[in-house]
Amino acid sequence: MKKYTTIVLLLLFSLVAQAQQKGTVLIKNGTVLTITNGTLEATDVLIKDGIISKIGKGLNAPKGARTIDATGMYVMPGIIDAHSHIALDAVNEATSPVTAEVWTGDAINPMDVSIYRALAGGVTISHALHGSANAIGGESETIKHRYGTVDPDVLRMKEAPRTIKFALGENPTRVHGGGSGIVPRTRMGVEAVFRSSFSEAREYMKKWDDYNVNKNKKGFKGTAPQYDLRLETLADILRGEIIVHCHSYRADEIYMLMQVFKDFGIKKLVFQHVNEGFKVAPELAEFGAMASVFSDWWAYKFEVYYSTAYNATILHKNGVVTSINSDSGELIRHLYHEAAKTQKYGGLSDNDALSMITINPAKQLGIESRVGSIEEGKDGDIAIFKNHPLSIYTIPMMTIVDGVVEFDRENDADDMRIYADPKETIDVTLHETGHAGDRCMQDAEFLFHE
Amino acid sequence: MKNFKYIFLGLILFAVQWAEAQNAKGKTGTFALTNASLVTVTNGTIANGTLIIADGKISALGTDVTIPEGAEVIDCTGLSVYPGMIEGGSRLGLVEVGSDARTRDYNEIGDVIPQMKALTAINPNSVLIPVTRISGVTTALTVPDGSLFPGTAALVNLHGYTPDQMYAGFEAVVLSFPSTGKRGRWDSRSEEDIKKDAEKALKQLNDAWEKAVAYYQIDSAIRAKNSKENMEYYPEMENLLPVVRGEKTLLVEVNAANDIKAAIEWVADKDVKVVFSGVSEGWRVAEELAEAKIPVIAGPVLNIPNREYDRYDRSYANPGIMHKAGVKVAIKTADAENVRNLPYNAGFAATYGMGKEEALKAITIVPAEIFGVADKLGSLEKGKIANVFVTDGDPFETKTQVRHLFIQGWKIPMESRQTKLYDEFLEREPGLKK
Repeated sequence: MKKYTTIVLLLLFSLVAQAQQKGTVLIKNGTVLTITNGTLEATDVLIKDGIISKIGKGLNAPKGARTIDATGMYVMPGIIDAHSHIALDAVNEATSPVTAEVWTGDAINPMDVSIYRALAGGVTISHALHGSANAIGGESETIKHRYGTVDPDVLRMKEAPRTIKFALGENPTRVHGGGSGIVPRTRMGVEAVFRSSFSEAREYMKKWDDYNVNKNKKGFKGTAPQYDLRLETLADILRGEIIVHCHSYRADEIYMLMQVFKDFGIKKLVFQHVNEGFKVAPELAEFGAMASVFSDWWAYKFEVYYSTAYNATILHKNGVVTSINSDSGELIRHLYHEAAKTQKYGGLSDNDALSMITINPAKQLGIESRVGSIEEGKDGDIAIFKNHPLSIYTIPMMTIVDGVVEFDRENDADDMRIYADPKETIDVTLHETGHAGDRCMQDAEFLFHE
Repeated sequence: MKNFKYIFLGLILFAVQWAEAQNAKGKTGTFALTNASLVTVTNGTIANGTLIIADGKISALGTDVTIPEGAEVIDCTGLSVYPGMIEGGSRLGLVEVGSDARTRDYNEIGDVIPQMKALTAINPNSVLIPVTRISGVTTALTVPDGSLFPGTAALVNLHGYTPDQMYAGFEAVVLSFPSTGKRGRWDSRSEEDIKKDAEKALKQLNDAWEKAVAYYQIDSAIRAKNSKENMEYYPEMENLLPVVRGEKTLLVEVNAANDIKAAIEWVADKDVKVVFSGVSEGWRVAEELAEAKIPVIAGPVLNIPNREYDRYDRSYANPGIMHKAGVKVAIKTADAENVRNLPYNAGFAATYGMGKEEALKAITIVPAEIFGVADKLGSLEKGKIANVFVTDGDPFETKTQVRHLFIQGWKIPMESRQTKLYDEFLEREPGLKK
């Protein structure tokens, strides 16, 4: 027993040491899909100390650096998933319609094997979102798939701005109105929750501003207002410091939130799922809101019954920055295929389709200056494919994060768990039929009443 | 006055019906698909060929075909013609909105209820059906779900207004084989309880089967005597009877390796027609499956591996591994609203080891053979039912468009609610300003 523990610890230690590296690697002679600067045939990409330092022909590898022959292969930016719940131990703090004080960053699980499976689909960054049980959920964390560590901090993408999860429609109304008997029970209630929360946050801000202006004045006798983490977070949203990612389905509620945000002067808004976004695409474009959608999920609940797989195309053609997301430990493994569905449903170009899983989600997470395209100076996050990534016959071959090879199909050791439960005695297998299911409502299912 | 009221009511009802007429009508007749690449599946590909559809059947195909007088000619230059894809196991028509119990008709109460028939509960007017068929899936096995014997599955063509119009000639009694695995991510039973539950379920299965055999013996004895006596009304046993007799297929839903082995053992001493479905860990016991000569319907292919320590691509590779071992493999999505992704499930299987040709067979001729309808469906052959779709490319490739669709010889409009929403909203009018 002791022996095993030692081996596990040693293994973990070596993995930690490896995970924190920034790598240097030369990718030779691939077809480079830069996304922002066209397609470059037979081109090399040099990543030095985790950063793309040079793109060109006939580049030489620095001494000791690994060279990867990508002849006949496609080299694209690491795929980014703007909506995921992998690598999380908890998803929903479903105890109140407003829980702006919590943060998924406190529940990062670096040992989730889903991270490796996402890497095996070319995905280098995911947005570890709070669930959709609450109208105002928790702050969320953008993670880099630096797999092989037990330290949650290693996964955090420190350059990423703060984000928070909001939710409209059936989930908050079922959990709170239906499950707990408190507002919101209806879409009217959801709007009221936002308006009262932001009004309260405004008053809170004013109290603090007044206090801060006056506290050093001579003869000031007041005391500091009570500190409230929930209101602090909401105030930061009002100040424009946090990007709101809002779970949404129906056109009316999408429109409603834009009106609320206009009234409170909030601009940074990304709608998640947004299945009926296509119905208010001109309004979304005018507001400057972005959309992160499923390629083709629908009909799993009533509010997505009137969906269309053409949603992404309609949004894109109306000028809305649109991404394709997974919300699933299964779908995240083939986002390149999900993006290709925008070609079936609306005939988008290769570059527009690939933008939906690279530069567009990067914009939605506020990290487009670091990732989302192959450009000198950006992070060395790369996915290498055999056959074009939008073809059904493509195979992700290698995935690189910060210049470190995190997935290599040719050297894949079947069992990629970091932690194996030594107490597990019988082989319990997990098998679900049908939808692998989204995890948006994890930790809140017990509140459902049908 | 009263009469006038009724006429008025009738007019309103008519108006409502007219307003809700969601689908353009199909069209029957004689059709000639010319200058096409005919991918027959069973007989190679015919370049620059013609395929004639008449009386609901493929009446001729080849390069030297006379176009019948009055046929509607559809020029398919640059296009390919394929036999309609067959989904090997879905809930299509038995559910409309997944989370709403009032629209779920696949899970009746009871453990031994083979008399629950999918065929009569299928909603022919489900919005999901046009969404599915315009992607080239013309036929689907629709399967009840639940514990032990949850009902009888039915194979249907995805066009028609009554079960009789849709029925494609195959039904199977479903058996959810007792599982030693977890039911889902949130199954919190202890390992011990899981074992106990599995043993209990296996005992229940054996008890039910013994009863069915006894029922069969009594029934046979009565028949042998040419007696006028009738068996007492016992729908559970009456519906298991044709399975015991080896006339009707038993569709066994089974996934984990140990369960598959147990299921092979369970059927070994029984003279039944059997198909395994799901079979997500078939790759672990492919040799045993091949030896037992049990055909399988594998899927979904786009799925995560059953175990955390399994290689990430096991589900993609599963159909190919089984096929190489000599198992007859069909592919299913096991979905409802997204059965339209059947070609992509096959496409991933093709890419991860099965190869294009075999993967295409796995959603056409192989399921037709497994369902005993290969004389009618599954390939482009003279005399077969005209379930046919026409594409501008490889049907597995995501960007490929389906251009024409025929089901039982009816030319089906290429539209669904999803395409209509696209038409309405791509350039919305009014736009921003009204």
